[in-house]
Amino acid sequence: MALVLTEEQSMLRDSARGLISDKAPVSHLRHLRDSRDATGFSRDLWQAFAEMGFAGLLVPEEFGGSGLGCVEAGVVMEEIGRTLMPSPFLSTGVVAASALARAGNAAQKSEYLPKIASGALLASLAVDEGAKHRPLQTSLQASRSGNGFKLNGAKALVVDGHVADLLIVAARTAGSAGERDGLTLFLINPRAKGIAIERTVMVDAHNAARIEFNNVEVDVDGVLGEVDQGFAPLDVVLNIGSGAVASEMVGLSEEVFGRTVEYLKQRKQFGKPIGEFQALQHRAAQLYIDIEITRAAVLKALQTLDGDFANAAAAVAVAKARAGVTATRAVQEGVQMHGGMGMTDQFDIGFFMKRARVCEELFGDANFHAEQLARARGY
Amino acid sequence: MADLEQFRRETRAWLEANCPAEMRRPAVSDDDVFWGGRNARFSSEPQRVWFERMRDKGWTVPDWPREYGGGGLDAAETKVLREEMAAIGARLPLSSFGIWMLGPALLKYGTEEQKKEHLPKIAAGLIRWCQGYSEPNAGSDLASLQTRATSDGDHFIINGQKIWTSYANYADWIFCLVRTDPNVKKHDGISFILFDMASKGVSTKPILLISGYSPFCETFFDNVRVPKSHVVGQINRGWDVAKYLLQHERAMISGMGERGAGRPLGQIAADSVGSDGQGRLGDAILRSQIATFEVDEAALAAAAERTTDLAKAGQAHPAFSSAMKYYGTELNKRRHEILMSAGGIDALEWEGERSKDGARPRAWLRTKANSIEGGTSEVMLGIVAKRILDLPGA
Ligand SMILES: Cc1cc2nc3c(=O)[nH]c(=O)nc-3n(C[C@H](O)[C@H](O)[C@H](O)COP(=O)(O)OP(=O)(O)OC[C@H]3O[C@@H](n4cnc5c(N)ncnc54)[C@H](O)[C@@H]3O)c2cc1C
Repeated sequence: MALVLTEEQSMLRDSARGLISDKAPVSHLRHLRDSRDATGFSRDLWQAFAEMGFAGLLVPEEFGGSGLGCVEAGVVMEEIGRTLMPSPFLSTGVVAASALARAGNAAQKSEYLPKIASGALLASLAVDEGAKHRPLQTSLQASRSGNGFKLNGAKALVVDGHVADLLIVAARTAGSAGERDGLTLFLINPRAKGIAIERTVMVDAHNAARIEFNNVEVDVDGVLGEVDQGFAPLDVVLNIGSGAVASEMVGLSEEVFGRTVEYLKQRKQFGKPIGEFQALQHRAAQLYIDIEITRAAVLKALQTLDGDFANAAAAVAVAKARAGVTATRAVQEGVQMHGGMGMTDQFDIGFFMKRARVCEELFGDANFHAEQLARARGY
Repeated sequence: MADLEQFRRETRAWLEANCPAEMRRPAVSDDDVFWGGRNARFSSEPQRVWFERMRDKGWTVPDWPREYGGGGLDAAETKVLREEMAAIGARLPLSSFGIWMLGPALLKYGTEEQKKEHLPKIAAGLIRWCQGYSEPNAGSDLASLQTRATSDGDHFIINGQKIWTSYANYADWIFCLVRTDPNVKKHDGISFILFDMASKGVSTKPILLISGYSPFCETFFDNVRVPKSHVVGQINRGWDVAKYLLQHERAMISGMGERGAGRPLGQIAADSVGSDGQGRLGDAILRSQIATFEVDEAALAAAAERTTDLAKAGQAHPAFSSAMKYYGTELNKRRHEILMSAGGIDALEWEGERSKDGARPRAWLRTKANSIEGGTSEVMLGIVAKRILDLPGA
């Protein structure tokens, strides 16, 4: 398959860009932050997303979605990255929709997927526990109890956790931290007894929560996939999530880069545009090359996720690792080349730096993914 | 040498007896730093005690002459004092632009009257200074500054705008670069002048940083009258003073990171990342990043020590502070990238008690200015290329 967007995918990009740049420029995020908005995103915009078919982009057509793939999800994520629009698209439209579509039974799919596609249901994956993304280390306990399970433990960085209508929780039903076997995914009502949700105000002003589970009861119907065999579907979903966040980082990197190049043309010192200084020209050129290479790696990963699923892990690791390093570099150069201006809150560039930092931790940082690659290659 | 060993023993004993335990922990927030000034307030009793004891010994500025409120120590003694303070993790008793920047410039270029007037007040933390260099259109190209000082008898009348003036809203006095002759080459018409921020016509407007704090300002001058006797050095020769001061500023910024050093990075990382069965940090790549960082950090510390010693011996290249400023600030940014990486998810929180109101990410964001303030990294490399390497066209 050609490593370029198809015509349909380009059209999708244009319509996503139209909506997002019009309705949610960076000032939208700034406003949500400054007004300490309780929801953390615009429900109206999410509805508009649903109407354009984005919310259900990964939901199969039989459940009211568009039945598109990871490349298309990446196209939308990239546009989100350009304006840093806070949106449940990642948590619900990409991660939760994939988890349900791939691991859910018929009843679960028909209960939840149509609501995701229509924008009526928000769902969050709760996987991380420690300071770093280490899914195999999951240790939140789910012990058998009556006709179901009892959950005890805590989760962190649950994206949109405080507004979710449904939680997908990775828990340990057997074995111990570090083992593949013994993980189970559960569908849990966030209003169930024993759940305490704390919204955490994050550096990037995007949504995240810490959630505590204290003897939370869930019956067997709440198991997503098979008991003790949850790691395989979780891994798939995490790969899709990683690919999506990598796309967001490409959009973010390109936007910061574009703004920076513009500044190099405008800002004058020593009687000329600072873009005339070769020291800056070369770094801008290097960054351009970095971004283009990363863009290719990310598209490759997304295509592999759609076409050659079994072999996608390594491509995803490459994409997320590259995207992390590239975005970090792009925002650092962005701030540095703007001088004092780049350090001010009034200027948008800082928002990109903050979001890049969070994207880096989401689904594993560049080190994590490089380590995954090393392991996959057997060294 | 025997005398120096004696001095070391006495200093160690004095510090042991006089530095409160609370002042031996790394400063984490701005509250932990005492800046002095007319409106100064101590954030704690130990902070006051520590400051006053050090001030009384002249050790807020140990190497300044005693007659100006300093400790009168020679280079070797000053070094011993710093080493002994570092050994117990003692905080600086007083931080100030007066100590780091203006003081050295006054010692070299000031009249006797100016030294007597200003240095003791800096040493005693009575007056807090800010730096009026940068303007909206004069950043890296500082010498193109436009703030005008026009002659009016034995006064100058100052009009114009500065920007990025750190702590201008808290400062009592400003050392300021102004254009006294617009009709000559840009470096030749600048004067270095001191005035009270409470003067009529001075106003400030805070600017918010990406860290969410507001440590700097836009500063406006509207017909501010300043006596000509407040010019340091000769009128129209202010660029010499400005450059000399910048060398001290750059040396100071270069050492910023080290001063904050507390627990080893690897241990901080192990708190959140954990370790493998053999006591190695749980993330092999992070471990190698930290180890590589620490190699560079230790080397930089040696270079800083050597630079100070060379300067005291009169053998330092005057532009070498630019090399140190470049390396020190880039390294400090790396330190904070590593801290963010080590802190992971926990280090993303921006508010609340658990994260001490986002202390780690806010500190990380603040370090991004290190390679901008006091002259950017690009400008530092340019200075090295031109003044040390003498490269053509640089
Ligand atoms: C936190 C903070 C505190 C500060 N405190 C003070 C203060 O107290 N007092 C004060 O006077 N100033 C202060 N400054 C201002 C600081 O000195 C300036 O920001 C700095 O000199 C850069 O100027 P600028 O912001 O105008 O950037 P510009 O000069 O516009 O630079 C923009 C970019 O162009 C690059 N560039 C410019 N010229 C060249 C060249 N010839 N070759 C290659 N690259 C080039 C720069 O390196 C930078 O990356 C502070 C700044 C910050 C961020």
